[in-house]
Amino acid sequence: MTSPTAASDREAYRATLLELARSDSRIWCLDSDTGGLEKTFQDELPHQYVDVGIAEANLMSVGAALASTGILPFVNTMAAFASARALEQVKVDIAYHALPVRIVGTHSGFSAAHLGPTHHAQQDIAAMRTLPNMTVLTPADAAETVRMVKAAAYLPGPVYLRIGRNATDPVYENETDFVIGRANELRAGRDVTIIAAGSYPCLFALEAANRLAEQGIDAAVLNMHTIKPLDMPALIKAAGTTKGIVTVEDHSVLGGLGGAVAEAVSVHRPTRVLRVGLADAFCAKPGTHREQLVAGGVSPEHVVSAARAIVHSG
Amino acid sequence: MTVHAEAPTGLFELERRALAVRESILAIGAGPIGTHVGGSLSAADILVALYFDVLRIRPEEPRWDGRDHFILSKGHASAALYSTLAERGFFPREELDTYGTASGRLMAHPTLSVPGIEFATGSLGHGLSLGVGLALAAKRGLRDNRVFVVLGDGELQEGSNWEAAMSAAHLGVDNLVAIVDRNRLQISGSTEDRMGLEPLTDKWRAFGWNASVVDGHDFAELVPALRDAPGGGRPAVLIADTVKGRGVRHLEHRKQGHYAKLSPAAYERALAALRAAA
Repeated sequence: MTSPTAASDREAYRATLLELARSDSRIWCLDSDTGGLEKTFQDELPHQYVDVGIAEANLMSVGAALASTGILPFVNTMAAFASARALEQVKVDIAYHALPVRIVGTHSGFSAAHLGPTHHAQQDIAAMRTLPNMTVLTPADAAETVRMVKAAAYLPGPVYLRIGRNATDPVYENETDFVIGRANELRAGRDVTIIAAGSYPCLFALEAANRLAEQGIDAAVLNMHTIKPLDMPALIKAAGTTKGIVTVEDHSVLGGLGGAVAEAVSVHRPTRVLRVGLADAFCAKPGTHREQLVAGGVSPEHVVSAARAIVHSG
Repeated sequence: MTVHAEAPTGLFELERRALAVRESILAIGAGPIGTHVGGSLSAADILVALYFDVLRIRPEEPRWDGRDHFILSKGHASAALYSTLAERGFFPREELDTYGTASGRLMAHPTLSVPGIEFATGSLGHGLSLGVGLALAAKRGLRDNRVFVVLGDGELQEGSNWEAAMSAAHLGVDNLVAIVDRNRLQISGSTEDRMGLEPLTDKWRAFGWNASVVDGHDFAELVPALRDAPGGGRPAVLIADTVKGRGVRHLEHRKQGHYAKLSPAAYERALAALRAAA
C-alpha cells in the first residue's frame, strides 16, 4: 500500500537524535530495551546512552532526574507504555517538575497493528494532553519527524513525541517550515476544513480532499502536528471561513485531536466539528495498520462523509 | 574518604536538634490539617543526622552545584522534612505555621517551591529512581555529588522501587545511599501482616546492594553508618530500625498515629511526653 518513497518516522527520529547528540553532549538517549538503539546510538555515543531494561516507570523517573541536572534526555518506549504503564511517573516526575524530558512513544495509535490492543495506543493523546506543562507533538511523515525532533530538542519543558512504527508515504513533497504550535496548511479550501494529525490521518485527509473536489466541494486541509498547544489562530480561521471542521486522527474519537479542537472552537468560535477517530472499542481482529484504521472508523471515506455532512447541512 | 562541609557535630547537638524537629512536627500535627505524625517522628533522627552532619549542603544556596542531593521518597513525612529544613536554616521556623494553608507554600507533600526540596514526592515508589538518575548524572559527569534517599518500609511494596534497585546496582552508582525508615507499620497495621517485606536485607543484597541494619534513633550508630555508606562500587542501603511515633511514648508503635490532627489537649499531652523523654 506504500510507495517506494515511504519512510519510517521511527528511523528518521533515531537518525536525527544521533545527529543532535553528536554535536551536544547534553542530549542523551534513555532506552528501555526497545531494540536497535544499542546499535544506532550506544555503539557511537556510549557515554550519552543508558538502558534501564524493560522498566518504563524507572525510565521516566531516571529521565526526570537526569533532566534536573541539565541533561536533555530523550526517553524511548512505545506510546502504549509511555502513556499508560508509566503515566504516573510522567505526570509526577516529569510534568509536575516541568523538566525538559522528551518522551518518544513509538508504535502510536494502531501502528503496532498486528500486536493488538496490548500494544495499541489509542488513548495516549488524551492522557498526555491533560498533563500541565506537556507539549504534545505528532509528525505527518518521516521528513516532518526530522524537523520536529530538532525543534523539540531545546524546548524548555517536557515534550511527548508520538510517532509511528512503520514506513508511511510522505505527506510533504518539499522541505517546509516547521514551528511548534503552528499548523501547516496542506491544501487551501473554502467550504470545509479537514484537520489531521499523524501520518495516515494526513494522507487520508488529502485523499478525501481530492475526492471532495471531484464532487465540487473545496476542502482545506491542515496538519495539526502540535496537539498541545493547539494553533488557535488557525482554528479560529477555519471555524470562521469554512462551514465546519472535520478532524482525523489515529486515536480514540474520545479526548484526542478531535476532542481538543471541539473544546477549543466551542469556546472561541462555535462551529460544527465532526470527529473521525477510532471507535471507543478495542480492535477485535489482526490486520495491517491501514486495515485496522479502516475497521476502527478512520479512512478517506469516513472523512468524505463527514465533510459532506457539514457542507450539506448548512 | 568522605569529605564533610563542616566538622562532625556532637551527639548532644544532634539530640538537641532532633528534639526541636520533633516539637515542630507535633506543632504541625496540631495545625489546621494535621499531618503524618507517626512516620515523621520515626524519620526525624535520620533527617537530623543527614542535615546536621552528613550532607554537603549550603542552606543559603540550596541549588549549589556541589551539593549532596536528598530525596524524601516517603513524602508523607513532610512535617519532619520541613521542620528539619527550617531548623537547618533553609527558611524561617515561623513559616512552619503555614503548613497546608493557602497563605503559604508548605504543601502537605513536599513540593519544589520550598527551598531545599529537589523533588516533589508523596506518591510512593518514585524517590529511588530519581536518586538513580541524580547519581548517574554525577558519576558520568565526574562530579562527587552523593545522593541520599529516605524510603518508607511500607513504600517498598511498590514495585517501582525494585526496578530502581535493579538499575542502581547494574549501573554501579555507588554514590547512591538509600535509608529505609523501618518502623514496621503502615496505615492498616504491621508491614509483615499486610504485605511482608522480610527478609528485607537479603532482598537488597540479592539486588546487588551493600546492605546493613542500623539503629535509626542512635546517632552514635547512625552518623558513622551514613558517612561510610557511599563508595565501594555498589549502591548502599541502610535498614534503619525505627519506631513509629518515636519520642512520644503513647504514640509509639501505634498505627493510630499514622495520620493525626492533634487537638489542643492532645498536643499538650504529646509535647509533655516528648519533653519528659528527652
